[in-house]
Amino acid sequence: MEANMKMRAKLTGYITEVKVIISHPMDTGRKKDDFGQLIPVHFIQLVTATLNDKPVLEMQWGTGISKNPYLTFRIKGAKVNDKIAVNWVDNLGKTGSGDILVMAS
Amino acid sequence: MQRREFLKLLTGAIAAIMLPINALAAVWNKAAFEANKLADAEKGLAVDSETSSKEIEIIAPDRAENGAIVQIEITSRIPNTESISVLVEHNPTVLIGNFVFSNGALPYLVTRIKMAETSDIKIIVKAGDSYFTASKNVVVLENGCG
Repeated sequence: MEANMKMRAKLTGYITEVKVIISHPMDTGRKKDDFGQLIPVHFIQLVTATLNDKPVLEMQWGTGISKNPYLTFRIKGAKVNDKIAVNWVDNLGKTGSGDILVMAS
Repeated sequence: MQRREFLKLLTGAIAAIMLPINALAAVWNKAAFEANKLADAEKGLAVDSETSSKEIEIIAPDRAENGAIVQIEITSRIPNTESISVLVEHNPTVLIGNFVFSNGALPYLVTRIKMAETSDIKIIVKAGDSYFTASKNVVVLENGCG
């Protein structure tokens, strides 16, 4: 999978804060291009975040999430070097994924 | 092969592909996400009755210059929060996203949303069989839903 995601996971005390940016147009299907043609709807629908392969956050998104979606979430109980992964699928069936190890802050 | 059987096979294949990413989450809630009225979106989310709660904190700007990117931070202090739904009442489609927490994830999120015009952001928290809500109004100076 191409580099479509940036991730960071930092453990402070008992809480791991994960930040994610996904490159994606999140087109609503209502906007026109420079030639007056409607840009077809294209957006991420399902996103799953896992900690060591166990789901921690499962998301359904609509077109109202901004372009290049940004997300912060927090997990209790993760340790340094635990693996956090994010997988997504959009309305055209395209997928993306990324993972990162938890770092001490 | 009959068309019907082929379609059945195809559906099965798609379901199998979707399974890893989608093992616990329900499939994408089309009815709720395509709703253009708040009441219809909530119906799609199966929210029957709701209680306003001060235990939901919404941090969002009072005024947004550009509705294309409005950052919101949501915290639920309601015990046993299972999910947080984000809705924008005056958007062409009301439901922005649904976030389901498990295995140690805290009922907290930051994300960036589109707002077509000045509107309330409505948060719905599901805890057990109950739904709790809070709202925050954001004045939008430039439409972000093109």
